[in-house]
Amino acid sequence: MSATLPNRVEEAPGFVARDRAQHPAAFTPGYKSTFLRAPKQALLSFDATLSERTGPAFGHNMLGELDNDLIVNYAKPGEQALGPRIVVHGHIIDENARPVPNVLVEFWQANASGRYRHKKEGYQAPLDPNFGGFGRTITDENGYYWFRTIQPGPYPWPNGVNDWRPAHIHFSIFGTGFAQRLISQMYFEGDPMVQICPIVNTISDPDAIDRLVARLDMNNTIPMDLRAYRFDMVLRGRRSTFFENKKEGN
Amino acid sequence: MAMLPSYLAELKETPSQTAGPYVHIGMTPNWSGITGVYPEDPGLEVIKDGVKGERITVNVRVIDGGNNPVADCVVEIWQADANGIYNSPAEHRGKADPNFIGWGRFPADEDGRLSFETIKPGAVPGPKGAMMAPHISMWIVARGINVGLLTRMYFSDEADANAKDGVLAKARMSGRDKTMIGKREGDTVTFDIYLQGENETAFLDV
Ligand SMILES: [Fe+2]
Repeated sequence: MSATLPNRVEEAPGFVARDRAQHPAAFTPGYKSTFLRAPKQALLSFDATLSERTGPAFGHNMLGELDNDLIVNYAKPGEQALGPRIVVHGHIIDENARPVPNVLVEFWQANASGRYRHKKEGYQAPLDPNFGGFGRTITDENGYYWFRTIQPGPYPWPNGVNDWRPAHIHFSIFGTGFAQRLISQMYFEGDPMVQICPIVNTISDPDAIDRLVARLDMNNTIPMDLRAYRFDMVLRGRRSTFFENKKEGN
Repeated sequence: MAMLPSYLAELKETPSQTAGPYVHIGMTPNWSGITGVYPEDPGLEVIKDGVKGERITVNVRVIDGGNNPVADCVVEIWQADANGIYNSPAEHRGKADPNFIGWGRFPADEDGRLSFETIKPGAVPGPKGAMMAPHISMWIVARGINVGLLTRMYFSDEADANAKDGVLAKARMSGRDKTMIGKREGDTVTFDIYLQGENETAFLDV
């Protein structure tokens, strides 16, 4: 249809404006690390140019066979990570409900005791010698992804005197344009730690928080092996190009 | 209240959360000392041998509102090739140089510094076909950053093009255009990103 429009712009269209009310503010006093790291000036707002409408693509050939299996991707041969076994899966779509195929999804997390494999980690819970704590995948042609892991534990962190993170998995997602780049965290349905977490509460809209909570998915649970959690993500949508401004004769 | 038909229902973008203090485990595991899972960290190289264009080294430093180095941040960069073409499926104007990648990912060191080898990007058309001055997009994530921060580094040796650039013009209205210009000396470009304070970098909402 749009191919017949004389004004059609031969480039990937720009994005629906980001709804900042759905995101945390830069400065959120309950999360102390924002005090010195939150910009105070207004952001410069403008319609995305080619520099933000384009973005990198990653091929399935970059993936190792075990990249989406955190239970074994760091484990010694024949061994496995300890903890409640789960598969996390979901659909990546944009705000226009279009699936987002072939994009890189990366994830990282603490082990079942709540401990990260990191030199700056101060929590006394033990490392699991068979758990590295990260993986990656690329969405399939319909925008679906999945990975196998163990459910991470909650952990204490220096912020208030007694703050604990709920069990969570960090996500990094690419879209098709650099303006869609997103990092977030996934939480687990029914976890009472979610509502008292200062990082969760950097988001003021309860409906927005709810969209970060993965649902237990018994239908995809594998009997006698692992439970499934479903976590869908939405990337910014592109606008239609019907009447985009363009100089005559270009 | 009448409901919208489902095909007009607005879906909302997944909310952002901070990358946290352990971002390196997920994004640059080899650099963080966890080897043997990925052959190498993604984004180490922006260019390959034989790339066309003017080779430069970009040295970036990230500083917080207390003048401390942001030692635990990761910066991703995205730029066009020497002809101003992006290496992207969303680029419809032509194919980028086959030896050009254009995306990179760099963890800061203890001094908040990172550096990468690349080529100077060509100019890219902006709104209504007006050319934008050459620039490299940079996206900064870290503990204490709730939503990844996007900015652009322009080049000090492009004074004429910079003067005509629409984004720099917008930044100039609040006196912040200078915060987006990398200082070029020989083959080296130096760019300081201030998250906060007197020299706060202009960050973008696109
Ligand atoms: Fe975490």
